[in-house]
Order: sequence, then C-alpha cells, then structure tokens
Amino acid sequence: MTSSPPTATRGRDRRRSDSRRGDAVFFNLSRGAGILLLVVMAAIAGFLAWRSGLALGKNQGNFLTTFEWDPDNITKPVFGVAVLAFGTVVSAVIAMAIAVPVAIGIALFISHYAPKKIAQPFAYLVDLLAAVPSIVYGLWGVLWLVPHMAGLTSWMDTYLGWTYVFDQTQAGVTPRNLFTVGVLLAIMILPIITAVTREVFRQVPRTHEEAALALGATRWEMVRTAVIPFGKPGIISASMLGLGRALGETVAVATVLSPNSKLSLHVLDLGSGTFAQNIALKFGEASSFGRDALMASGLVLFVITLLVNGAARLIIARRKEYSGANA
Amino acid sequence: MVLLHPDERSEEGRMSTVTVDSRPAPQLSRNLTNARLPKWAPAGVAVLSVALGAAIGAGGGLKSHLQWGLIAAVLFLVISYGVSAKVEGRRQAKDRLATSVVWVAFVAAVLPLASLTIYTVQQGAKVVDGNFLSHSMRNIIPSGPGGGIYHAIIGTLEQVGLATAMAAPIGLLTAVYLVEYGRGRLAKAVTFFVDVMTGVPSIVAGLFVLSVWNLALGFQYSGFSGSLALAILMLPVVVRSTEEMLKLVPNELREASYALGVPKWKTILQIVIPTAIGGITTGVMLAVARITGETAPVMMLVFGADAINTDPFNGPQANLPLFIWQQYANVNNDFGYARAWGAALVLIVFVMGLNLIARGIARWRSPKAGH
Repeated sequence: MTSSPPTATRGRDRRRSDSRRGDAVFFNLSRGAGILLLVVMAAIAGFLAWRSGLALGKNQGNFLTTFEWDPDNITKPVFGVAVLAFGTVVSAVIAMAIAVPVAIGIALFISHYAPKKIAQPFAYLVDLLAAVPSIVYGLWGVLWLVPHMAGLTSWMDTYLGWTYVFDQTQAGVTPRNLFTVGVLLAIMILPIITAVTREVFRQVPRTHEEAALALGATRWEMVRTAVIPFGKPGIISASMLGLGRALGETVAVATVLSPNSKLSLHVLDLGSGTFAQNIALKFGEASSFGRDALMASGLVLFVITLLVNGAARLIIARRKEYSGANA
Repeated sequence: MVLLHPDERSEEGRMSTVTVDSRPAPQLSRNLTNARLPKWAPAGVAVLSVALGAAIGAGGGLKSHLQWGLIAAVLFLVISYGVSAKVEGRRQAKDRLATSVVWVAFVAAVLPLASLTIYTVQQGAKVVDGNFLSHSMRNIIPSGPGGGIYHAIIGTLEQVGLATAMAAPIGLLTAVYLVEYGRGRLAKAVTFFVDVMTGVPSIVAGLFVLSVWNLALGFQYSGFSGSLALAILMLPVVVRSTEEMLKLVPNELREASYALGVPKWKTILQIVIPTAIGGITTGVMLAVARITGETAPVMMLVFGADAINTDPFNGPQANLPLFIWQQYANVNNDFGYARAWGAALVLIVFVMGLNLIARGIARWRSPKAGH
C-alpha cells in the first residue's frame, strides 16, 4: 500500500495554487491592456465629441456648409468645414491618382520585372523611406519641390487649362497650391502602398502565372490576367491605407499649402486648406472656444479616417488568405 | 484541290499544302516566331528619349528639370511602343509598353526620394558641427545666425523615452493577450481597433490628449503630455508587430513546456517571449523611429522652448521635429532654414539609424517559423 507523503501533496497543492494565481494575474493583466486600448479609442471619440458639442452649440453658421473659420469673432462666431473637407478630399484624390498607379508599377517592378539583384535592395530602400519624418518631407516640399513645380504648373495651365481644373487664374503665383500638396502627399504615401501591394503580388500562385505563360501570354498579358486579378483586394486595401495617411497628414501640408477660405476647383490656384493643416495653424492663437471649434473639425477628420481605415481592414480581413496578415 | 495564295489559307490548309507543295522549312519557322527587337533596344530607346528630352527642354528654354524628365518619360513610352509595334506586332508592343511603364514608375519613385535625401544631406552638412549639436537657442536672436539643437535633442530623447516606457509594456501585454489568450468577441474587437488605431491621424491624437490632460485635468504644457500623445500613436504599431512575432513562435515549444508542468504564465514569460524577443525589439524600435518624427501632436502639447529644460514633467520643452517646424514657420529666413536643415539631417540620421539597427536585429535573431 503506497500513499504519497502528506508534505509532498501539500507542496504540490501550493505550487498548483501558485501557478493558478499567477495565471489569473497574468491573464487579467494582459486582458486589461487590451481593454485599455479599447477604452483609449472610445475616449478619443468621446472627448472630442464632448468638446465639439460645446463649440457647435454656439456656432452661428452651419458647421457643414460655412466657408469661413472665425470662431473667435466676438459678435458672430462662425466656423464651418466646407473648405477644409473640400481641400482634404481634393488633395488626397490627387495624391491617390498619382501614387496608386506608380505604386502598382513599383510593386510589379519588385515582384515580377526587376533583375533579382536590384529587386531586394530596392524593396528594402522603399521600406526605409516610409520612415522619413513628415516634417522633412514638408521642408523639402516647400524649399525644393515648390520652386521646381513652377515650370510644370505654368505648363499645365497652358496645355491643360481647357479642363477648368488645371486652369490657373492667378498667373505666376508660387505653386503652393492643392496640386503641389497632392504631389507631395503622393510621394509620402508611395512607400506604404508599395509595401502592401508588393506582398500581395508575391503571393500570386506560381502555377497561375505559369499557366498563363504556357498558353502563350506575353509577360504583360500574364500580369493582367493572373497577377492583377489575384492582387486586386490587396491593391484596394493598400490604397485605402495610403488614403488614410494622406487625409490625416499635417505638417507636410501645413508647410507647403498657403491656406485661405476659398472653395474652387482650380487646383493650381492658391487656397483652400485641410482639416489637419487648419488645426495645426490656428491652434496656437486660438481661444479656448476656438480650440473647441478645432476639436469639432478634428472629430470630423477622425470619423473620416476611421471609416476609410475600417473599410480597408474589412476588405483585408475578408480576403485574408491574400493579405499576408495571417503569416 | 484549289491552291490558295499562301496568306489566305487557314492554319489547317497551310499544313496540308505544305506536304503537297513541299515548301521549304525556313518559311514555316518564320511564321512561328515574329521578328524580335535586339536585346539592347530598351536601353537604346531610353538613352535616345533622355537625350531628346534634354534637347527639347534646353531648346525650349524650360527651366524646371521636372519637365525635362516628363518629356523624356513620355518619349520613352511612345518610342518603345511605336518601334515594337512596327517590328514585333501589337501584342508584343503592348508587353513592351507595360515593361516600359513599370520601369518609368521605378525611376519616378527613385528620383524624388534620391533628391530628398541628397538635398537634406547637402543642406544639413553645412550646418551640423560640434557647436550646433552641443548648444541650445538660449540668448540667440532667432532671425540671426548661430544656436543649436542640444535642447531639442534632449527633449526628443526624453519624450520618446517616456512614450516608449508607456506604450511598449501595454502593447506587449495586449499582443500576448491576443495571441495566447484571445478568443471570442473581446479579442476580435481589440484586433480590429488596433488596426483602426494605426490610422488615427497624429493631430487627432494630439487633440485628444489636449482635451483630456490639459483642458479637463488642467495640466500645463510639458514634455510628458507630448509623450502621452506619442504613446497613443506608438501603441498599435507595437501591438501589431509583437503579435506577428509571437505567432511565429512554434507551438511545439509551448507544448513541450506545458508537458513539463510549467504553468501558462511562466511559459509565456520564459519560453515564448524570449524566443520572439529579437522580433519584438525590432518592432518596438521601428515604432520608436516612427514617433520620433511626429510633429503635429508635439506642436500642440510640448509648446517648444529655446532653453534647455531637462524636466519633461514641468514646463515647455523643445523637440527636434518641432524645432524644424518653428525654424521654418516662425523664423522663416535663411538662418532659420539652415538650422531647420541641420535638425532635419540629425533627425533623419537618428531615424534611419534606428531602422537599420532594428532590421539588423530582425535578421540576426528572428524566430524561424516551423522547422
């Protein structure tokens, strides 16, 4: 008849309860961190909504359709996001129109076209460039890009002026306009769009590509029929991630764009503004009510980027097998 | 059998007539492969179009080299399509066009980025010296020469350090929760909001901290309130990268540990995290590199100062990105630009250095997936 000595049992019990307590502590700690993150997200929305509510109650104009931003006017505080929303969307659209095709080209270059010796270091370089701080882009944008855009701007005015959009009504002004901002934003979001698209293109099954080539397709036909359709969800979500960045970019826009409260589709003219730029520039001299008004515009920006990013993530999640997120 | 002209025959007809006519073989092989352009053709077209672009640009008196480049790019595309269409046929020409477009995209990406780097180094190298790195802007007339960024470097290091001290542990724990414990709706919600949080604009994070910390709780401008905003921006990046790394740790290691009776929390602390520590460090360093360059939240919360302030909890501090912004926007003359470029060079070197080290660590000891 054998029975374990009582001391050993007690020791094992103590160890087990220790480990249980340790597990419980660790589990709750890590779950608490996760909950904290959700709380922060909720608090961002909550606090911004609260401060915006304070401001919107006293606004004399319509928040959505007013052009001016003059919350500190004592007799008639008026502010609205019409121009800001317009400028934000237009500059982001220009950026996307330039960046997405170029990024797809670069991604194809890295994944399918480049000689192996160039592809890897170049991919690495693109990743590194994602880390260049936006203030440096801004400084370069205003001191290098803006002077160099002058020729191109007058050129577009001459040859594409008939499109209305590229008609420059104030001839010869420094091109600190929405178009230059769009070009700069395109350069800034290029690395992130390229990185995601490239990963998707790399995951195209070799068999699909070989099947296309075996049927006599040229390389371009192979890319068009096998690679692009496969990578489409990836391209869309990558573009939306880039869009989210472009919408929220602050200092690069603030250094380059010369703001005013005009709403015009002439993208080569001075003027307009973006949410983030407006906050950055008006913030310093705003009264506490003016700050609340800026919070209201910040809330609009937050909601827009939330929707864009959420949609991008949902697209990735639905086609998870393509995204590389479940490596 | 009616003999048709060879060109009018169908594929089948030609096959049969070949035997009847016993035509010579070389004609057949010519039908199978089209004429091809020589291998050096794309390079030749590229050189030609760059030369033409430069000639047109110089001849037309276009000052901006951007226009020269655009003309050259368009010429390159048109010529390579035209030549190929003439010699090789339309399908091949389309293929060549696509290849040319891809190469042009590559060059179009390299040029601005190279210009950015070279220009920053050129302008910055003129300014950066021992004096610039070891002195503050105290008692310097902003519109005049002199001064340095010592106070800004200290501010940046302290604020980023504090932000990392807050965001790294929370991020690590969240990632552990998602990978090791996360089941059900809470984990799903956290995963989704981590992704969404990655896209929160930095200025919104700044506004949030301002509304809570400074307006609701009544604290003053300080380095610490800047670090709070930076921590919010850093958190999702840390969670995301740590999560990926923890997922790479082979399950066999966990199972072996459980089989030896090691409790779960000890397994995580002593087996899982040490295995993935290389990748986790990389992720944290990349996140640090990202927040070091953030300007917008710091602009609102840290306020900026000319003198050295080593206490991040009291009084306004300086910060590198903020310094660049202020030298550009507030000083706005050549002396200001020079200091801004100097600070930009230091900032880029710091961020790139962090990136390179981080990627080095990643290559050196990343966990291998499976066997």
